[in-house]
Amino acid sequence: MRQTDVVIIGGGPAGLAAAVRLWEKGIRDILILEREHFLGGILRQCIHDGFGLTRFGETLSGPEYAARFIDQALEMGIPYMTDVTVIDISGDRKVTASSRDGILEIQAKAVVLTMGCRERTRGAISIPGQRPAGVYTAGVAQSYINLQNKMVGREVVILGSGDIGMIMARRMTLEGAHVQAVFEVQPYASGLPRNIEQCLNDYGIPLYLSHTVTEIKGTDRLEAVVVSEVDGRMQPVPGTEKEYPCDTLILSVGLIPENELSLSAGVVLDERSKGAVVDEYHQTSVPGIFAAGNVLQVHDLVDFVSMEAESLADSVVRYLTEGQLAECGLEVKTDGNVTHTIPQRISGSQDFKLSLRVRKPVRNALIRLSQGEKVILEKKMPKAIPAEMIQIPVKAEKLSREKDLEVSVVW
Amino acid sequence: MVREFTCIMCPLGCDLRAEAGQGENEDEILVTGNTCRKGKEYAVQELTDPQRNIATSVLVFGGELPLASVRLTRAIPKERIFDVMAEIRKQRLTAPVKAGQIVIQDVLGLGSDVIVTKAVGKEL
Repeated sequence: MRQTDVVIIGGGPAGLAAAVRLWEKGIRDILILEREHFLGGILRQCIHDGFGLTRFGETLSGPEYAARFIDQALEMGIPYMTDVTVIDISGDRKVTASSRDGILEIQAKAVVLTMGCRERTRGAISIPGQRPAGVYTAGVAQSYINLQNKMVGREVVILGSGDIGMIMARRMTLEGAHVQAVFEVQPYASGLPRNIEQCLNDYGIPLYLSHTVTEIKGTDRLEAVVVSEVDGRMQPVPGTEKEYPCDTLILSVGLIPENELSLSAGVVLDERSKGAVVDEYHQTSVPGIFAAGNVLQVHDLVDFVSMEAESLADSVVRYLTEGQLAECGLEVKTDGNVTHTIPQRISGSQDFKLSLRVRKPVRNALIRLSQGEKVILEKKMPKAIPAEMIQIPVKAEKLSREKDLEVSVVW
Repeated sequence: MVREFTCIMCPLGCDLRAEAGQGENEDEILVTGNTCRKGKEYAVQELTDPQRNIATSVLVFGGELPLASVRLTRAIPKERIFDVMAEIRKQRLTAPVKAGQIVIQDVLGLGSDVIVTKAVGKEL
């Protein structure tokens, strides 16, 4: 069986950033496995700009951002395989993959999980009605339009105010479609404010909060959707139904980390983030298996995906050199106003970066980190919104090694 | 005149408030809510001459992909977006196409070039 120091599963932004950083730190026995024909992951179809402001200090399109890492990886000569689908990872880091040349089996010292995330579908949110053609998730519509040169429809309704949905509202408008409206079931938008401005407001596309699609009509092709207002518990209010004739419904109703392979390796997942439980080294519950990027937690910006993967790579180097990493015995606990944190476990003896999201929009919020009675730090935020991933660097000198870390939001 | 809008310069998305014609200098625009210099510049620009960058694709012949993604090298007046889209739609490229390659120089005389953002190799 082939032996490799590090197998990286997924050649998107996280996998590429991890690979480049590992190489820079002297790790040469790397293999990236990518299931698609090209490296770059989802960035290949994200042709809009706005990427890279944090990581590179300039605004790039998705393909340009990806090329920064791909070009570096190619220049370094980092080994990779495309058209290869990993079908199993064992707890002792044996990776099984399906390729054009048959089944590959690789024994790795460390496995890096960078599989990204997938979209929630119509089934996941249980929209009643018929099952005509013309109902797409935003990313699928984006792939058709931006990669395959296939226009998906002309009269469009969008459900969900995720960033990709709003970006597709603009994209389809530019391509001559009429986007009637974006409906969001929650009382606030789930995407970034600047996308409401530049993708919806710029093109006169209305955003209706506390509304959802309650019926899909059409036999062969979508003919109309019925939209209802929802109450405080997100239940449709009878009598508020309104029919919108359309041939296309785009769903932008959330992303879920893609963790089937992690589960096969015995990696423990976090119910809240839907990704692995990791410590400050990005190491999962299985020693030698690490995770970063959207497979770990759904990010708002690709810049943070790259940076998380680079920090993961630093830990993998340490793992390979030292054979194992220090125990992280302290738990990171959250109150009801925080959706989840990364990491979920810490040692209390090392600097680390805490990522979190708030559950609902809060003005003049205070993010408080404490251990027992002692407040470790407080971060003031004039505006904290669920669309934004909040990152807080935490210094080891402020931490004790005795007590769990508690994260709360107060206002 | 007072306008309130969201800054699009970075993901922070500050709530900007821009007020024109206040104070002694009538041309002066008072901006609040911004956290950086770019936000102020954007607010002033938005009131005087709103501009946007756009991204779309161009057909490629003989390529490993049917499309090459493109963007503008600098923002153009907002009301010219659909004119520029129409110009870009007329273009055809032949593989191989390189990232950074200029598709249209100075599109419609607006001082912005249309450039390729994704390399497309020849069809194998």
